[in-house]
Amino acid sequence: MFDLDRWREIFQSINKNRLRSVMSGFTVAFAILLFTLLFGIVSGLSNSFKGAFADDAQNSMRVRVWKTTKPFKGLQTGRRIQLKNDEYNYVKEEYANKIQYQSARIYKNFTLKYKNKADNYNIRAVNPAHQFLEKTIIDEGRFLNERDLKEKSKVIVIGRLVKEDLFGERPALGKRLNVNGSSYQIIGIFSDDGGDNEERIAYIPVTTAQMIYGNNDYISQIVLGYNPNLSLDAAIAFGNRMERDLRKKMNIHPDDQSALSVRNMAEANKGVGQFMGILYAIVILVGSGTLVAGIIGISNIMIFVIKERTKEFGIRKALGAKPSSIVGMVVQESVLITTLAGYLGLSLGTYLLSLIGNSLEEDYFIKDPSVSTGIVVGATIVLILSGLIAGYLPAKRAANIKPIVALRAD
Amino acid sequence: MIKIEKLHKSYPIGKDSLHVLKGIDLHIKEGEFVSIMGSSGSGKSTLLNIVGLLDIHDEGDYYLNDQLIKDMNEKKSAILRNKFLGFVFQSFNLISYKTALENVALPLYYKGMSRKERLKVALEYLDKVGLKDWANHLPNELSGGQKQRVAIARALVTKPKVVLADEPTGALDSTTTDSVMDLLKDINDEGMTVFVITHEEEVAEQTKRIVRLKDGVIISDELTKASKAV
Repeated sequence: MFDLDRWREIFQSINKNRLRSVMSGFTVAFAILLFTLLFGIVSGLSNSFKGAFADDAQNSMRVRVWKTTKPFKGLQTGRRIQLKNDEYNYVKEEYANKIQYQSARIYKNFTLKYKNKADNYNIRAVNPAHQFLEKTIIDEGRFLNERDLKEKSKVIVIGRLVKEDLFGERPALGKRLNVNGSSYQIIGIFSDDGGDNEERIAYIPVTTAQMIYGNNDYISQIVLGYNPNLSLDAAIAFGNRMERDLRKKMNIHPDDQSALSVRNMAEANKGVGQFMGILYAIVILVGSGTLVAGIIGISNIMIFVIKERTKEFGIRKALGAKPSSIVGMVVQESVLITTLAGYLGLSLGTYLLSLIGNSLEEDYFIKDPSVSTGIVVGATIVLILSGLIAGYLPAKRAANIKPIVALRAD
Repeated sequence: MIKIEKLHKSYPIGKDSLHVLKGIDLHIKEGEFVSIMGSSGSGKSTLLNIVGLLDIHDEGDYYLNDQLIKDMNEKKSAILRNKFLGFVFQSFNLISYKTALENVALPLYYKGMSRKERLKVALEYLDKVGLKDWANHLPNELSGGQKQRVAIARALVTKPKVVLADEPTGALDSTTTDSVMDLLKDINDEGMTVFVITHEEEVAEQTKRIVRLKDGVIISDELTKASKAV
């Protein structure tokens, strides 16, 4: 229902009373601005937390070993624990339905040399599935495959920065690289979101490493990604069970964290999830408080305004205005002011958030703060509703005052 | 046009109630020019408010244009006021942020007339009260007499059956009083029923019938010289 005359009346009234219109608008705009900023900043914090784990897959787990710190079954403390293919295969068979990806990892540090350029790099000997666990992004060529492992090929996948160091702008794919004295073929170049350190490494097949460097079946770590269908709690339970089983299998004291431990992303995720949940709860509490304060502010102003206009309403009624037309006029004015002001606050808020952008990421862990569409729509609905309520209740009362009483008001 | 029988009205004051109108019988025919006289507290304003559907009576019958006024709600009385009645108040009661023209056009807005048409009609009536050149002035740019003439134009613009004027000259000096009364007389000459409340003898004498009210009852009801002159 678009009533041009009604709008004309409203604009006339707003224009006539600029100060109070601006004041009531300001209350709402400010409340919405604070609300938007609060939400944006918390979403920025949340983005930072998520980003902190973006390096690895969200569902990753690692089995790590070191030295025993507790005696067990007559074995002394200080015993060095070594993972082997046996454990790798045990995990693979035992928990097949709970695992999405699995890879072994052997850490080496070798000199990589191409022509006259050489430097020391961390080398990881892994299985093909490692690509998904580490979220390795292949820029050129390919990652390791099963055939490389089976044939124990001397192939290497190098990080973007390794390529830059050794080859500069020249192509590296397919070139032969001197790895600690033996010649490897470069089959791929990768990048990684985890930062420079993750791009200054190289991957070789785990079987090749086991054969050439020690001729054993040792592995440093077992890395795996649990089945994403598992709930966080189920994933944590799985991690705990695997830890217990492996300790039992390798004759380690059931509580010896140092000797063998499973680092489970599910636990970190759960912690972060809980933390963000609490933070959001606080923000919703504070944010709604701000909104409520804004609504009460505009209600106050509307009550005052209506008091001020009681006589005018009396005149209008004497001239034939129905109560509904008075209520309609006031409510429409109130909704208009709240909606416009709220939109202004919202726009200003999102604009400020976009200005902040990633500039606070380093010092304050606020990354790409923004408000979601859902929040924006929700806030708009709250605004319109609050405008309705703020205008309706006092207007209804004013419209029901007998004209004779209203005319007497001053 | 207006028929009132055994009208009673009292206002509650704390636990007691103040009996303001104590059985008024009054019959005003179409085209009459009536003034109600009385000192303050005589109940004359209350009578006008009831006649003007701004207030509700307690007992008795009130017929406006042969229609019994009973069980009115705000919506119904708003429609009747808009259709049958025009008001002129002592304090003018113009809306301060609207121009003279917009003030006059306001009752037509509530009648549902289009903006273009109602501004045209309003201008005609402003012309009639001699204020065409002041159409776009705000009330605070007008003198008291001019404001009252704008208010009269506003009362007339819907072509009501009855014009109700509550102390229309109460806030005016004697010269402007005369011009306002002349205007009301002209209106009456055109056949409109005019109902004036006043406590000034000079004003009452210019009407055709004077009804005197004292302590809520009518003490006299007589025709004036002005009526006999016609």
